[in-house]
Amino acid sequence: MTPASLLPTLRPKVELLSRPFVEHIIEEALTVMGLTGILVENEEALELFREAGQEVDAASQRVFIKQQLVEQCLRTVPASLTLSDRTSRQSFVVGGDEVHFNPGSAAVTILDPESNQARKPDTGDLVRFVRLTDSLSHLHFQSTGLVSGDVPEPLADAYRLYIGLLQSPKPVVTGTFRVESFGPMRDLLAVVRGGEKALAERPLAIFDACPSPPLKWSRLTCQSLLDCSRAMIPSELISMGLTGATSPVTLSGTLVQHTAENLAGLVICQLARPGSPVIFGGSPSSFDMRKGTTPMGAVETMMIDMAYTQVGKHLRLPTHAYMGLSDAKVNDSQAGLESGIGAVLAALAGVNVVSGAGMMNFESCQSLEKLVIDDEICGMAYRLIQGIAQREEPMAAHLFEAIPSGLNFLAHPHTRRWYRLEHTFPALADRETYDAWVGHGKKTMADRARQEVRRALKDHQPEMLPDDKLRELKEIMTRYGRSLGLGALPLDSQANK
Amino acid sequence: MLTQEFLEKMTAAVVNGYPQEAESLARLAVGQGLDLNEVIERGCVPGLKRAGQLWEKGEYFLPELVSSAEAMKAAMSVMQPELAKTASPAGARGKIVLGTIEGDIHDIGKNLVTALLAANGFEVYDLGANVRLQSFIDKALEVGADFIGLSALLTTTMLGQRRFIELLKEKQLDKRFKVVVGGAPVTVRWAEEIGAAGYAENAVSAVALCRRLMGERT
Repeated sequence: MTPASLLPTLRPKVELLSRPFVEHIIEEALTVMGLTGILVENEEALELFREAGQEVDAASQRVFIKQQLVEQCLRTVPASLTLSDRTSRQSFVVGGDEVHFNPGSAAVTILDPESNQARKPDTGDLVRFVRLTDSLSHLHFQSTGLVSGDVPEPLADAYRLYIGLLQSPKPVVTGTFRVESFGPMRDLLAVVRGGEKALAERPLAIFDACPSPPLKWSRLTCQSLLDCSRAMIPSELISMGLTGATSPVTLSGTLVQHTAENLAGLVICQLARPGSPVIFGGSPSSFDMRKGTTPMGAVETMMIDMAYTQVGKHLRLPTHAYMGLSDAKVNDSQAGLESGIGAVLAALAGVNVVSGAGMMNFESCQSLEKLVIDDEICGMAYRLIQGIAQREEPMAAHLFEAIPSGLNFLAHPHTRRWYRLEHTFPALADRETYDAWVGHGKKTMADRARQEVRRALKDHQPEMLPDDKLRELKEIMTRYGRSLGLGALPLDSQANK
Repeated sequence: MLTQEFLEKMTAAVVNGYPQEAESLARLAVGQGLDLNEVIERGCVPGLKRAGQLWEKGEYFLPELVSSAEAMKAAMSVMQPELAKTASPAGARGKIVLGTIEGDIHDIGKNLVTALLAANGFEVYDLGANVRLQSFIDKALEVGADFIGLSALLTTTMLGQRRFIELLKEKQLDKRFKVVVGGAPVTVRWAEEIGAAGYAENAVSAVALCRRLMGERT
């Protein structure tokens, strides 16, 4: 038998919507865009709409987007994009059914492993977070995941990107908190990549931009779309309806709104620059009517994520979702089960960019311990979507004759040949016998994660930037810091100590 | 004549969250010249209280709670103008100016607080979302507010709550207005840290908080 006769491996996939259902959602979203219109609080974007022949109600800043324009923009937007790391050695296609996990972004607290309480993060936490992310092989991208409390607020968005670029070569998922931050953030990226042209050709970062549900793009997020498109930096559209609160309570109703908001964002990007890369993403949530909270670990949240991903794929767009995170407050069973289910479903849905690892408490808290646990979950999800390969022909029939006596398959050369390819070995999950587990001090998953964080931070040495680029980044950041009244960057003050 | 049956109907309209029913009962009360203070105190208020209890017991969820507040508001919108004609507006429990801080367009939680405070007799000035810090002060001075309520859903805009209290201190207005804060990322600890007068984790406790700060027993 030749290898050519082996059966192809099926990529396991899950879809929640029938094709007519997907088409119906898109159809209704287009109707909403045309009849209800989208609120666009940005004069520059409104002007682009006017130039494109769209009806704009100047008083209410509402634009009625015609189906024809949406279709035209869907023709110019790329179906996939390629992010490459700081060294350009590793590239990641964002499109098709590729799956790339990355940590959840912009947490304002970090779970302190000693006190088991959430506290405000500082520069040291941000550095550890980035270096740990760098060490975790199943997280393809890093994210500007913590908002450092020791720099002035207006500086926080650029500062976390600065730390990320210094401490890890991985591509970055980031975003602006203020319109003014885009310039310095783009400059940081351009220095690392070797110029704005190189940055446009080989994107290093994705910028998240969130519409404001229902059906609105604010001044800040519109500007981010315009700025990114012009620089050919991928924009990740993050619609985030809350069922029954800021979007219709039915999952399908929320999907219509989600599609309309994302398509409006896509049109803004294409009007700013046709062909600019856009990712059809989101962070919607099932709104809890009892607590008034936004559970990211709710199964309905995940269902909406999977379904809009299907809509995005139908439109031939790269996709993103906030999945694989939890609303638990500490690393308990809830943290594991919600993150596990989310990551696995995201992988099965073929979400291209999956943000969430390390995150808990409704997208507000990062935990280094959870990050390493989630990396292991992501590893399981990757193994799952590799599917079952035939490997050889015949698969088993030839093995039964020559089993060495007494050892079954253990001593068989076939076992040694395949076991590492067929099976993965977790670093953290407990597979000890009971007695061995007792002997090792009855450690829980969270205990082992704490140990692993300490080990990884001690052993892992991220690849650093060359000195000249380090200097340039530092100059940009120091200059920007000064313009906002900061004498020295906390990172430098620490280094000088 | 104000009958027990009528009061029970009003209570039921509020508990069940039927704004139209509550409004037409209120019109009936006005038309028949009933004692409106009695209608409110023995008809509407027990209904709203009951809805709050059902919510706290876990039987009512937010949609039911909000509907009850809406029913209360509908009835009050008919009766309050009539009361104003005859009596002094002593009914109000306190004035609050509230809104979601600039940079933040999330206003679900804030809207819930507005609805429940208004339904509970507070005079509420809701400035909406994405409100400039100075606008809170301007409005509070204009209406002579007791409270200023700052809502923030984003972790980034939550920091604006601290800036606001600093701003009040700069203007030496920090003794004049009580600042209450809320929003998903906000915690008791945060409220204490920034020197807010109080924090409420949900709309029902926001009402209790404002009552407490007004010196009422709840």
